Amino acid sequence: MSSIGTGYDLSVSQFSPDGRVFQVEYASKAVENSGTVVGIVGKDGVVFASEKLVTTKLHEASANRRIWRIDANIGMAAAGLIADARKLVEIARKEASSYRNQYGVTIPVKELVKRVAGYMHAYTLYSNVRPFGINCLIGGYDAIHGPELYMLEPSGVSWGYFGCTAGKAQQAAKTEIEKLKMAEMTCEEIARRAAKIIYGVHDQVKDKEFILEMGWVCEQSGGVFEDLPKAMLDDAESYAKKALEEDEDTEMA
Amino acid sequence: MENSMEKPQKMEPITGYNYLAKEDDFVNTPISTGTTIVAVEWGDEKESGVVIGADSRTTSGTYVSNRFTDKLTHVTKNIYCCRSGSAADTQAIADIVAYHLGFLEVQTGEPPRVRVAAKLFQELCYNNRDSLSAGIICAGWDRYEGGQCYTIPLGGMCVRQPVATGGSGSTYVFGYVDQNYKKGMTKQECLTFVANYVSLAMSRDNASGGVVRLASISKNPIERFNLLGKDIPKHWQD
Repeated sequence: MSSIGTGYDLSVSQFSPDGRVFQVEYASKAVENSGTVVGIVGKDGVVFASEKLVTTKLHEASANRRIWRIDANIGMAAAGLIADARKLVEIARKEASSYRNQYGVTIPVKELVKRVAGYMHAYTLYSNVRPFGINCLIGGYDAIHGPELYMLEPSGVSWGYFGCTAGKAQQAAKTEIEKLKMAEMTCEEIARRAAKIIYGVHDQVKDKEFILEMGWVCEQSGGVFEDLPKAMLDDAESYAKKALEEDEDTEMA
Repeated sequence: MENSMEKPQKMEPITGYNYLAKEDDFVNTPISTGTTIVAVEWGDEKESGVVIGADSRTTSGTYVSNRFTDKLTHVTKNIYCCRSGSAADTQAIADIVAYHLGFLEVQTGEPPRVRVAAKLFQELCYNNRDSLSAGIICAGWDRYEGGQCYTIPLGGMCVRQPVATGGSGSTYVFGYVDQNYKKGMTKQECLTFVANYVSLAMSRDNASGGVVRLASISKNPIERFNLLGKDIPKHWQD
């Protein structure tokens, strides 16, 4: 461990001799300590789910959200340092609002992602700042482009996904998402499966309590990004619990 | 011979017509497109487009400074504007909008929306409403909303309309629109409607005239027509 960085990890404005920027890599470590978030693209929209870890029961249930609305049809979910995420939400909302003000229409998801990614990248260039300690999922839906989902990393890169995840159980959740045939599924089905993935990857021993938060934008939501309706969230949660119990039973047998 | 070099007291034009009189001072009068312009949307959700039309007269006072003007001005491949008012103002506005949309196309990687073009026209017209004299109809096609036409009159309002008219000529022929505009006209019917509309306006409005310019914008490349002389629809004129 003592050799890690060897003096090249103190600033983002300096490369290591083998061409790495350690501060950016450390930012990704911050993401790995966070509750898991997943985003999945269905045939008619995008679904987000997050495992909001409860550190104390003294918090209000609605505190420390990890899923936000950016514009009418665009949502964002983040894993990592929540304060950094909130700053990025503010940036994303300002960009969306400025585009609306200038052009009179909602910002295309791709354009928003480009602008937010530009911000994240700028924070990897100067010694007086540190990178954003978050992976940020941005998803949206409109009739022309259909559903779109991107994940932005602390380095400032972004990729488009059919399904992506970040946080503690990224690997496990990714394996689960890969099993889905999401291109054939409606968002209602995906909501259940996403809930099951979050319940499935949650580490009951280390983390104990968590709250499942979900958001979606699809035809059924009227093309608007919103929290998953209460009834559907309850349904998804009970489906997840039941399905996991059944999985356990089959494993036993 | 002393008085043979007598100077005339006053320069009088031979015709006796004073071209420099205040009301006819075309040398100093701003050039304006006293105009007839019109745009009509056609089609349904499956296929749609917009037909636009204009006369071709540009005047400076009573002088026709251009009788073959193109008032159907390109802003992007699939968005045009019909200009009325000051020629200089509207050309400048169209140039600025074309610049912004060109930039936006590169930035977003897709053709700009007609709605966005109209918004940009409005923003310029509204913010500079005290110094501009520009009445613009912005029309075009995009894959979001199909054929669209937006009218941006003098104060900088912007509203989408299935049919929009403008320019000095339009005031003489509102009745034609009221009687003949029908919902759900085909592209061909719209072209006929627009050609008749412009020719009627040209025959009543002294600031409109020349040829009838028509254009049809839809998913397909723009088609343009000029109706000259004998091709201009004739109406009652005994």
